[in-house]
Formats: sequence, structure tokens, C-alpha cells
Amino acid sequence: MNRLKTGTKVALYAVLSLGAVSMVVPFLWMLSTSLKQPNEVFTSGGGINLLPAHMLWRDGVIGGENIRAWWGNYPDAWKEISFFRLYLNSIFIAVVGTFGQVFTSAMAAYAFARLTFPGRDKLFFAYLATMMIPGSVTMIPVFVIMKNLGWINSYQALIIPGLFSAYGTFMLRQFFMGLPADLEDAAKIDGSGYIGIWTKVILPLSKPALATLSTFTFMGFWGSYMWPLIVTITEPLRTLPIGLKYFVGQHATNYTQLMAGSMIALIPVLLLFLFNQRYFVEGIKLSGIKG
Amino acid sequence: MRHMTYKKREAIAAYAFLAPNFLGFLLFTSIPVVLSLGMAFTHWNIFKQPVFVGLENFRSLLWFHREGGRTVANDPFFWQYIYNTVYLMAGIPIGMAGSLIVALMMNQKIKGIVIFRALYFLPSVCSGVAMLILWKYLYNADIGLINKLIEIAGERIYSSPLIAIPFTVLCALFFGAVALGVVMAVLSLFQYLSDKARIPWPDKLFHFLTIVAGAAIFLITGVYGRSFYAGLSAFYATPPDWLGTVAWAKPSLMLMGLWGGLGGYNMILYLAALQGVPTSYYEAAEMDGAGPWTKFWTVTWPMISPTTFFILVMSIIGGFQGGFMTANIMTAGGPAGSTTTVEYYLYQTAFEKFNMGYASAIAWFLFAVILILTLMTWRLGGKVVVYE
Repeated sequence: MNRLKTGTKVALYAVLSLGAVSMVVPFLWMLSTSLKQPNEVFTSGGGINLLPAHMLWRDGVIGGENIRAWWGNYPDAWKEISFFRLYLNSIFIAVVGTFGQVFTSAMAAYAFARLTFPGRDKLFFAYLATMMIPGSVTMIPVFVIMKNLGWINSYQALIIPGLFSAYGTFMLRQFFMGLPADLEDAAKIDGSGYIGIWTKVILPLSKPALATLSTFTFMGFWGSYMWPLIVTITEPLRTLPIGLKYFVGQHATNYTQLMAGSMIALIPVLLLFLFNQRYFVEGIKLSGIKG
Repeated sequence: MRHMTYKKREAIAAYAFLAPNFLGFLLFTSIPVVLSLGMAFTHWNIFKQPVFVGLENFRSLLWFHREGGRTVANDPFFWQYIYNTVYLMAGIPIGMAGSLIVALMMNQKIKGIVIFRALYFLPSVCSGVAMLILWKYLYNADIGLINKLIEIAGERIYSSPLIAIPFTVLCALFFGAVALGVVMAVLSLFQYLSDKARIPWPDKLFHFLTIVAGAAIFLITGVYGRSFYAGLSAFYATPPDWLGTVAWAKPSLMLMGLWGGLGGYNMILYLAALQGVPTSYYEAAEMDGAGPWTKFWTVTWPMISPTTFFILVMSIIGGFQGGFMTANIMTAGGPAGSTTTVEYYLYQTAFEKFNMGYASAIAWFLFAVILILTLMTWRLGGKVVVYE
């Protein structure tokens, strides 16, 4: 793929820009709506107001009408949806869950990739085979197990079933297999045990893979919807997606607040993406390599 | 002797490293799979003791009975939901083609491509509840952005016949081209298949049929031009309630999926595959005088076929289990069950009606279908896919 003709280049830019606009417009509409007065959304018929009609820094009166400050929907949404609690829950669950899953996966992957023991290949094959099982098959029995343990509506139910991942184990195993053996041998000669090798050689060398898996796992926990919906009952345990869903259920037409709430919910993911873009791309490529 | 103990020590260490993951694997995957299979043969609403009923659940789910001289499915809803799920999966090949085209564009060395890549990936990053809420609002019949834009465009277009008539002609041309494209694709497929089956199929016949189809489309648009104009102007005057009408609900969800997936995971996979094609192959093709079109079909397409295959398999697996979030947040499975997928039905059965046995039967049906389809694609893939 070398140099392009100017005409082709212009056409390419045009098509790409058109696509980019269609990607961004919904988000801009979301932002714009979140800055509007609640009744502005409902101007029926003819016109369309792409931008908020008023942008006041403080609540005020214009033409006998009470007008709220442009940022007014945000604190309202924050309070209405009790975002503080939702954020706390989501962050807690995602951080603990990610750490746990990467930890157990890295341990198991080390055993599969670097140690020999009877039944290793059969067990690994069994791990691979379970990746084929749809989540809906295990979901119901795991729910029943949670119920019998008395864990329904608890942090345990939200975190613990997600701590073990065949996919994570598989991915890290592939990475560990490719690490050079010399360093491991050197550590052995220095008298390191298996734990020493794992913490001082394998893990430090695997930082990119660990970061990639962490990013993906974090996104998984953060966006997880069905499972938290099933195992949480009361409000204090809800995560961000569940809280948003219940808010929609109760205030279906409060669009300005809804959009403000959605904006608030999207910010952390956007930040994560901005700073970890490399790991997103790497993770996707890794997941496709063994196709 | 020392060697033995060393081996033993290594095995013990290995089991220790495996233990936490294996325990979880046992508790949250292996045992549940067995439990689930057992539950599929019971009637159980979680509050009472389960009752063993043999194949009863599967009979209610998959079998038929006679009713008033006609054969009726025991659970007609289930078949409707399977239809919905498969219908929605028709978006997969369209999405894949779109992702490939975007990847081909992104693979060009032009300035600012990194920014485009990030923008196209934006919907994939933000996927989730907030995104679905946004789309529900965009699709709103009265105040949604989409209908507002259509209405405004309609007012402008139909304010004077000088704009309205050329616009209608353009639309007719567009639809005609799409229809002709579909006809030609089907004919090419026939040609390809008859080639494989060694049935002579002269090129002339192909050309003749294409011309006939084109003429037919031309005539049809001519005859029905007036109703086409009326239909189009009605569409612009009162755009449909996208998520609220049976005919539009599924296409609307597919369009949303297309928007979200165009520059997402599949695009990045394709991009990686494209970057992995050795430039020497293209150079060799150029030496033979191949243009961009020939280069794509003889070099690029076979070289990225493993990726296409991987994406297809993953999409099929995902597609059969999909549609829960959209149904739960946007449509509640409606209107008239037209957006209820198998996965959403399973959720309703298990966690709204607490019919755990029946839900497990649905889960196992899903499992079986996914397994069969994957194996079939695998077999087919072995013949079509080119590995280096």
C-alpha cells in the first residue's frame, strides 16, 4: 500500500470524515441535551434546537421564565441517580475483580506454561473446552449456588464468580510460553523457589500482557449488566449500569437528566480508553491471533 | 532419586499455583454445567423442591401437537424468538463487510489516521447502558434526533417540486441500483456454483439475465413511480416510530449495532490482519499487472481469510446469545415480542417466572445450536480458509 493519488486521497478523507461525523454526532447530541432546560427537549413539530437555548453560569430569570445554569442537570442527575454510591460500587467491584482475576489467571498460567506435572495437557484442554460453553448455561446454576450460600445481594456474588477466567488463563499462558528460559534458569541458580521465579521473573517480564488483560477484565466488570441485575436486589449494592437502568425505568422522559447521567457514566471509560488505547488494541489483536 | 523428588516438588508447586483457579473453575463452571443439565430435566421454581419430569421441558420447548386439525408448536413464542435472533444475526455479514472496508481505509498511510481510528472506536468503548439509553432517545418517534432530521429534510425537499422530483428520481435510482446489485450477486453465486458443479453456464446467459433484471426494475419503477413518490413523501412527512413498530424495530436495532461495531473490535482485527500481509505479495501481483480490484481478491482476501473466519465464528457464537441488553433497556422485548431474543426469553423464564428447569432446557438448546454451528463453520472453514 504505497503512495496514493491526490484524488483518491481527497475521496478517502471525505468518506472517513463522513463516517467520523456519524460516529460523533450521537455523542454531541447527548452532550447538548444534557445542557438544555428540561422543557426544551419537548419542542414538538417543525424546528429542532441543536444547541441549548440559554447558557447561564448561574440560575436566573429570562423573560419571566426561570432558567437554570447550563451545568444544572449534572448535580441533579448525580443526586437523583445516587451516582456516588454507584461509582463506589462499580469501582470497588471492578478493581477487586480485575486484580483477583488477573492474579488467579497468572498463577494458573504459570503452572500450565512453565511447570510439568501429570495431567497438565488434559487439564489445559478441559480449560479450553469450557470456553465454548455459553454463559447462559452456567448462569442459572451459579445463581442457585449463590442462593444456597446466602450470597444473593452481596458483594461476594458480584465479585467471586468473576474471579476465575479460562480465557485469561489461556491468554497469559500463551504469553508466558514465549518468555526466554535463561532468566528463569538464572533465578533458579540464585536459589529462587517457584514463588520467587513467578514474582521476580515471570510477572515483571509480562507487564504488557498483564496490562492488556487487566484493561479487558476491568472493562468487563465495569460494563457487566446481566449478572449484577440478577444478583442484586437492594439499591446500596447496585452498580453503575444497574443504577442507570432503574433511573430510566422511573424517569423515562426526563431526558436532560438522563443524558447528563449517561455522560457522567461514560467519563471514566473514556479516560481509561484515552490513556490505555495501546492495551485495547493489543488485547484485541491477541484475542484474534489464535483464530 | 533426587530427580524424582525434584519432579514431585515441581508437581506439588504446580498444583498449588493451579489451586485457586481450578477451585473456581470447578465451582463456577464444571459443577454448574452438570447441575444445569440435571435441572433441564426438572420442573423447578426455586422456592420448592425440584421435580424430575424427564424430557417434559424439551417436549414443551421443541415439540408440536395437533390442534383443530393443524400442527402447532407447543411453545410458539420460542420459535418466534429464534426467528428474531436469526433475523438480527443477518446484521453480522453486513457489519463484517463494513468493518473490512473501514479497515482498508484505515490501512492507508495518510495524515491524521490515528484520530480517525480513535473516533471510529469510540462507540465500542462506550457500549453499554448509557449508549442504549442514548439510542432509545435518538429513535424516539416525536423528539428523537433521527426523526427531527428526517422531518426537516422532508420539509425542505417537498417545499418545491423542483427539488422533490429530482430527489425522488435519485432515490429510485439508488433503490434500483441496490436491487440490481442483489440480483447480480445472486446470479454470480449461481455462476460460481454451476462452475463448481461443472454445469455449463455461458457468460451470455448471465449477461442476458442481468439485462432482463435491469429492464424489469426500470419498468417497475416507471409503473409504480407515483406510489413511490407518495410513499417517500409520506415517510419524510411522518417518519416511523422506529422501536415501536414491528416492521422497523429489528432493522433499527441492526442499524444501531452496525454503527457501534463498524470501527470496533472486528475492524482492529482486520487492520492487524491487513498489516500482516507481506508487501512483496502485492508487488508480485503488480508485476503481473494486477489492478487494485484484482489485488484485493487474489492477495488480500485470501490472506485475511483466517481473520474473517475467526470473526464469523465469534459473531455467530455471540449472536445467538445476544440481544439481552437491548431488549431489557430499550424495548422490553416488544413490540409484540418482535425484539425478544432467545437470551432474553431465557432471562424472563429464569428470573421473572422463576421457571429454572425450563430455562435450563433453553440454555442447553442454545448450547447445542452453538456447538453444531461452530463445528459446521469449522469444517467449512477448513476448506475455504487459506493458512500460510
